[in-house]
Amino acid sequence: MKNIKVLGPGCANCKTVAKLITAVAEEKGIAIELEKVEEIREIMSFGILATPGVVVDGQVVHSGGIPSRDKIAQWLTA
Amino acid sequence: MGFLPAVKAFPRQRPLLFIVTAVLLWLGLYQLILPTSELLVHYLPVDPSSHLAGALQFFLYDTPKVLLLLTGIVFVMGMINSWFTPERTRALLAKRGEGGANVLAALLGIVTPFCSCSAVPLFIGFVQAGVPLGVTFSFLISAPMVNEVALTLLFGLFGWKIALLHLGLGLSVAMTAGWVIGRLKMDAHLEEWVQQMPKVSADDPLQNVILAERVDGGFSAVRQIVGKVWPYILAGIAIGAGIHGYVPESFMASFMGKEAWWSVPLAVIMGVPLYTNAAGIIPIVQALLAKGAALGTVLAFMMAVIALSLPELVILRKVLKPRLIATFVVVVASGILLVGYIFNALL
Repeated sequence: MKNIKVLGPGCANCKTVAKLITAVAEEKGIAIELEKVEEIREIMSFGILATPGVVVDGQVVHSGGIPSRDKIAQWLTA
Repeated sequence: MGFLPAVKAFPRQRPLLFIVTAVLLWLGLYQLILPTSELLVHYLPVDPSSHLAGALQFFLYDTPKVLLLLTGIVFVMGMINSWFTPERTRALLAKRGEGGANVLAALLGIVTPFCSCSAVPLFIGFVQAGVPLGVTFSFLISAPMVNEVALTLLFGLFGWKIALLHLGLGLSVAMTAGWVIGRLKMDAHLEEWVQQMPKVSADDPLQNVILAERVDGGFSAVRQIVGKVWPYILAGIAIGAGIHGYVPESFMASFMGKEAWWSVPLAVIMGVPLYTNAAGIIPIVQALLAKGAALGTVLAFMMAVIALSLPELVILRKVLKPRLIATFVVVVASGILLVGYIFNALL
């Protein structure tokens, strides 16, 4: 099972991204473990410059803005 | 392939052709706005010389004009943004000494995508990579204040002269305020945990981005920015239309005019707690101006609303100690005050 972290201090975009990932995972029938990281020090330990950030199995795949559904599907199936 | 999926796939498969088509379509629509709004008001059952007709015409003309301008420019900026990621901006800034870097930071603030909720990660990331504190502030002041939404609204509602003035003065405030903060050597006033963060290199991971992906960037910028600010713009223009039609001429002159010296500081102080992402405030400001408020006062008010917002200060408090926050507010507010007074004196 893929472990996915959404990094962001609880802003509107961060919540949207978390919801979008859940929706895409359900649509594709992929089981994921979704974590929200809201503590700023922990977010910074991933070295991103813009939130929301997305981490898949320990690898930063995205930072800043809302990713497209296609991109999310790529992360989940890769 | 069905019709709808074909339309959806078109921008990605033929990006260049899509851009040309979109530009032509946009220009055509823009030409149609004025005649359409006049026609609409003409056929509505209101007296053409009444206050209501004046307000309606203002609303029906300005709303589509501003929204169309905004969509076009946000799309283009979304594409341009894909060249200036925060990582690349950081790499460009880390290489330069102060002074020149303050100028560059303020300029990059225009084209680098930025949202105030990213202020903290960006701040820490810049400092970690050795970008001087003052340079980081130049960027942080310029990015929200001199952005495409503010400039488009100014252009659409006030004309290009005022938009250009806002651009020039906003950049000057960002450069100077950042430079002054740098001279004050306040690195010790970052929170301890920020000072202890490990240093990182400012490498820019080179990415090959194709045109179709930049077009995607344009679409997602429109979705995220225009999708978010349009209700504010509508509300702002509606209030503006109301003031336009009903508030008597020169009503504002008495307390926002040139003669009232205290109006500039008052405008700045009033601007801080107000926070509407630049979009809602500008149409209101236009109406104030039309009714005799002085340009410098109005510009100072607008800059204070955008650059010094309470929510952003609360977020920044997580990384800055109170003295540095206070210095930031005082330096930026002084810059804005100066802009206000200079304008009122010159015009």
